[in-house]
Amino acid sequence: MAKIVIDGVSYEVDPANNLLQECLSQGLDLPYFCWHPCMGSVGACRQCAVKQYRDADDKDGILVMACMTPASDGTIISIEDTQAKSFRADVIESLMISHPHDCPVCEEGGECHLQDMTQMSGHNYRRYDKKKVTHRNQYLGPFINHEMNRCIACYRCVRYYNDYAGGTDLSAQASHHHVYFGRQADGVLESEFSGNLVEVCPTGVFTDKGFSENYTRKWDLQSAPSVCVGCAVGCNTTPGERYGSLRRLVNRYNSEINGYFLCDRGRFGFDFVNSEQRLTEPVRIVNGESQTLAAAELSQTLTEFSSGGAIGIGSPRASNESNFMLRCLVGEKNFYAGCADTEHEALQTIIEFAADPSFHCPSISEIEQADAVVILGEDVTNTAPRLALALRQSVRNKALSLAEDSHIASWQDAAVRELAQQQRSPLCVLSSYATRLDDVASDTIIEAPGVLTAIGFGIANKLSDKAPAADARSVGAYAEVIEAVAEQLMAAKRPLIIAGTSAGKTDLIHAAANIARALKEKHGSEKVDLCLLVPEVNSMGLTMMVNKENTLGRALKKLSSGAVSHAVVLENDLYRRADSGVVDAALERLENLMVLDLLETATTAKASVVLPTTAFSEHEATYVNYEGRAQLSFQVHMNHGAAKPAWRWLNGEQECDVETMVNRCSSEARGFDKLGQLLPDPAQFVAGMKIPRQSQRYSGRTAIKANLDVHEPKQPVDSESVMAFSMEGIPAQKDAAFMASAWAPRWNSNQSISKFQEEVNGKLKQGHIGTQLIEKLANGGAYLPPASPSTEVVDGSLEVVLAHQIFGSDELSARSDSIQQRMTDPYIGISPTDAQAQGVQHGDMVSLDGIEVPVVACIRSKMPEGVVAIYCGDGDINPHSLPATVSIGSSESPVGERGIRGLIVSDLLEDY
Amino acid sequence: MSKQIIASSNQRARQLTAAEIAEIDHELGLYPDKQAVGLEALKIVQKHQGWVSDESLLAIAGYLDLPVAGLEGVATFFNLIYRRPVGRNVMLFCDSVSCWIMGCEGLKAHIKQALDIDFGETSKDGDFTLIPVPCLGDCDRAPVMMVGEDLHRNLTAEKIDKIILDYRKGEGSE
Repeated sequence: MAKIVIDGVSYEVDPANNLLQECLSQGLDLPYFCWHPCMGSVGACRQCAVKQYRDADDKDGILVMACMTPASDGTIISIEDTQAKSFRADVIESLMISHPHDCPVCEEGGECHLQDMTQMSGHNYRRYDKKKVTHRNQYLGPFINHEMNRCIACYRCVRYYNDYAGGTDLSAQASHHHVYFGRQADGVLESEFSGNLVEVCPTGVFTDKGFSENYTRKWDLQSAPSVCVGCAVGCNTTPGERYGSLRRLVNRYNSEINGYFLCDRGRFGFDFVNSEQRLTEPVRIVNGESQTLAAAELSQTLTEFSSGGAIGIGSPRASNESNFMLRCLVGEKNFYAGCADTEHEALQTIIEFAADPSFHCPSISEIEQADAVVILGEDVTNTAPRLALALRQSVRNKALSLAEDSHIASWQDAAVRELAQQQRSPLCVLSSYATRLDDVASDTIIEAPGVLTAIGFGIANKLSDKAPAADARSVGAYAEVIEAVAEQLMAAKRPLIIAGTSAGKTDLIHAAANIARALKEKHGSEKVDLCLLVPEVNSMGLTMMVNKENTLGRALKKLSSGAVSHAVVLENDLYRRADSGVVDAALERLENLMVLDLLETATTAKASVVLPTTAFSEHEATYVNYEGRAQLSFQVHMNHGAAKPAWRWLNGEQECDVETMVNRCSSEARGFDKLGQLLPDPAQFVAGMKIPRQSQRYSGRTAIKANLDVHEPKQPVDSESVMAFSMEGIPAQKDAAFMASAWAPRWNSNQSISKFQEEVNGKLKQGHIGTQLIEKLANGGAYLPPASPSTEVVDGSLEVVLAHQIFGSDELSARSDSIQQRMTDPYIGISPTDAQAQGVQHGDMVSLDGIEVPVVACIRSKMPEGVVAIYCGDGDINPHSLPATVSIGSSESPVGERGIRGLIVSDLLEDY
Repeated sequence: MSKQIIASSNQRARQLTAAEIAEIDHELGLYPDKQAVGLEALKIVQKHQGWVSDESLLAIAGYLDLPVAGLEGVATFFNLIYRRPVGRNVMLFCDSVSCWIMGCEGLKAHIKQALDIDFGETSKDGDFTLIPVPCLGDCDRAPVMMVGEDLHRNLTAEKIDKIILDYRKGEGSE
């Protein structure tokens, strides 16, 4: 620790940091633009100038940039010094020379860092009366609006987009007063993390397009802490609602998970909540006619379903409470996994490994610390996107260690990057098709899944003789890579192995575990980071809730045997979980099928009773992420129509609030005993007052429904939650646990978050980072043998691997407007050689034997020969009906409206 | 060869000429990485084509396997990389301090009138593009300007008229 003096007051600070960061950590206000807590300092904007004094006798001092000056012991500075203040006022005046002052029509207004900093710097009169520089704006795709005139040239956008997120299609162009930030030509921003520009830009150059079209000021939004349901990472979010519709979603800081950034699926994929296809009424379907179900009938229906051995099928996208309640209704014996059998098997394995004391499942922030990574067959960018962004930071650890050797502070961003150039920590990507992380990978091996698995076992065997080796024939060509990767892992301080369920091969997960176990044996560390990814928001919760042997396959078999007459399907489309023929056969024999869901699906179409359920923003619920971390997500706004949380429908007429439900789940469900810890402690609240979901300046409440009724309606009462649908109550001023949205006096933008952190980039004061549910066992498991040889490929047919897309592979976000504009039709990725052999041209429609739906041929230069990557679209093709190998035929069908025009992959062929 | 993704840009790269490729390849041998050759490649293409069209920009990006957005950043940063077509002769007219002391303000008006264009424009006949530059490093003989590769010193209105006439006749070089 170091002692520094700021304006006569002593502070204990970390000398490894810079002065700006320390001033903010101490809760002081010092304006800045180009600095970002996650991106370090470049000293570009000159806004954070302070006066630094040599010693106590120095009365003159010199102006220094706080962000570029280390907080070393004995530093004496002044923020309040007159010269420093007037310098800062002059700087912002010149930055604002060409700013259009269009705050009233700007989406950023009211949460604008530029507004905040202008106020803070004391620039309140515009002297410049000449012509301003203006720019032409670009079309940047369905997510982001571009308004270059508002730019103050802080360079944060390109530093984030290129340096942090690895994008290549945004750049700083031209120079001096006409510097421009944009693409080379109009077009969709390609990065899967482009949405963060909205929050990274300190003003309104990059704004949320969908929000802009349904705009509401930040202070008029009703918000609550929420958790993203787009994948299993469980990023923390703040959705905002107005006039009954969800308007936008922004990042909510969690020091261990998402930090300051979300992926575009998470940020823009919430719109399904507002969908016109939402189910609104409980109905019974008799002879194809729906009849609204009255409350009285409902309890009778429930009794019907709870007796006589009805089967319940849970869901990886439903909350713990809903899955638990269904399990209570049908009994544990009759509660089945709502995911594909191969996935269930993989998930069971992952849960086992999660309890293995040799392994540690790293959080996103821990992944950023990895200095050697192996990814085994998981297309992270498309299955758990936020993780890909973390991996891009992990490869920078080489640069940071070089900087340390050269005594350069890690926050000296430009210097560290200049020093390292292209040197990166090792990242080995083993995949069956080229991935979006290949550009930062030290080794990329693109091979059929069988070979990948063999290489995985090979690496483990290279590390330790005790680990069983794989079939030597398939890894022969890769002996050198195997050796190199094994060496890299051994040399690393914090090696990391990543695998997951998306490839549908449990063997890959076994191989990954063997590598980690061998590392643990040889490396001498207490635990080795093994990150096993699961597909959906609550895949882990569901798997922990369901008996191992209760697979979906067994459930469907039981149904089609006619042994059961009733079944309840919870928030699940079975046609996405098993072969369509098998599901048809199972549902046909059923007398009564109750489906609870929020949108119409192929399964609701077969139901005799349909109950509408609430979306993530309409209920308080808990979910378990890929690490086994349980998180609480609050209700943001009132329910859609008669929708209720599924557990409430299933609970029938019994009165029960959500806290009781969480506590019941916590005490009754095995493995969930720590779930109750997520609930707020009543002692935290002043005189039992609730936390408002609306800001103090929430406007127009008396007029919001004036078009319907001149009388001001009573605000809806939330009798269950600690939060209120109101602006009354005690807002979270310093306490971040239940903060509706980040705001602090003088800090209206999301950058106010530093006021809630223990220190910059640290934990939130009293914030919740979630609770780890899975306890480690006393003893670790053993090495696993490789499975029998992979698929036999018949001559002329091609081995099938599944391809995933960030926009389209997730069922719910795929129903959102802006996401749909980025989706493609189903396609088949094929190597140039195979394409030529089959007489297929890029963009042709082709048919696959046994599959009804034709797909677009996409010739990818790096596809291995004999392997095709099939993207199934948004439920267009049932992946569980796909054979292990396919042969390709021609198709007469015209190319669909979407085609593959918007497809962003790294290995499209030159001529297409 | 894989290409850099240039999503939704309808522009196509043109084929680089053999001469351009030979010169770029020579530069590639002189630098540790391709990124460093970007600027040289832009200069080479401009030397051969007169300016750098979108098609040329894409061609260079493709050949060097660089993101086209980054290359555009380099191309637009430098005033003397032309991203718009220029006339047969580019006039770089110095308006820096020495030339200003020696009366270039008056000559500015004269040259604009003589060519009937403003700075940043190309004459109707396509003969001249007029661009201001800050200092040509020949202050002791101010006012000065460059036409193409040639430096013209101690300018007067008459001298400018003659230079324009000479270049129009194709006898510009001193």
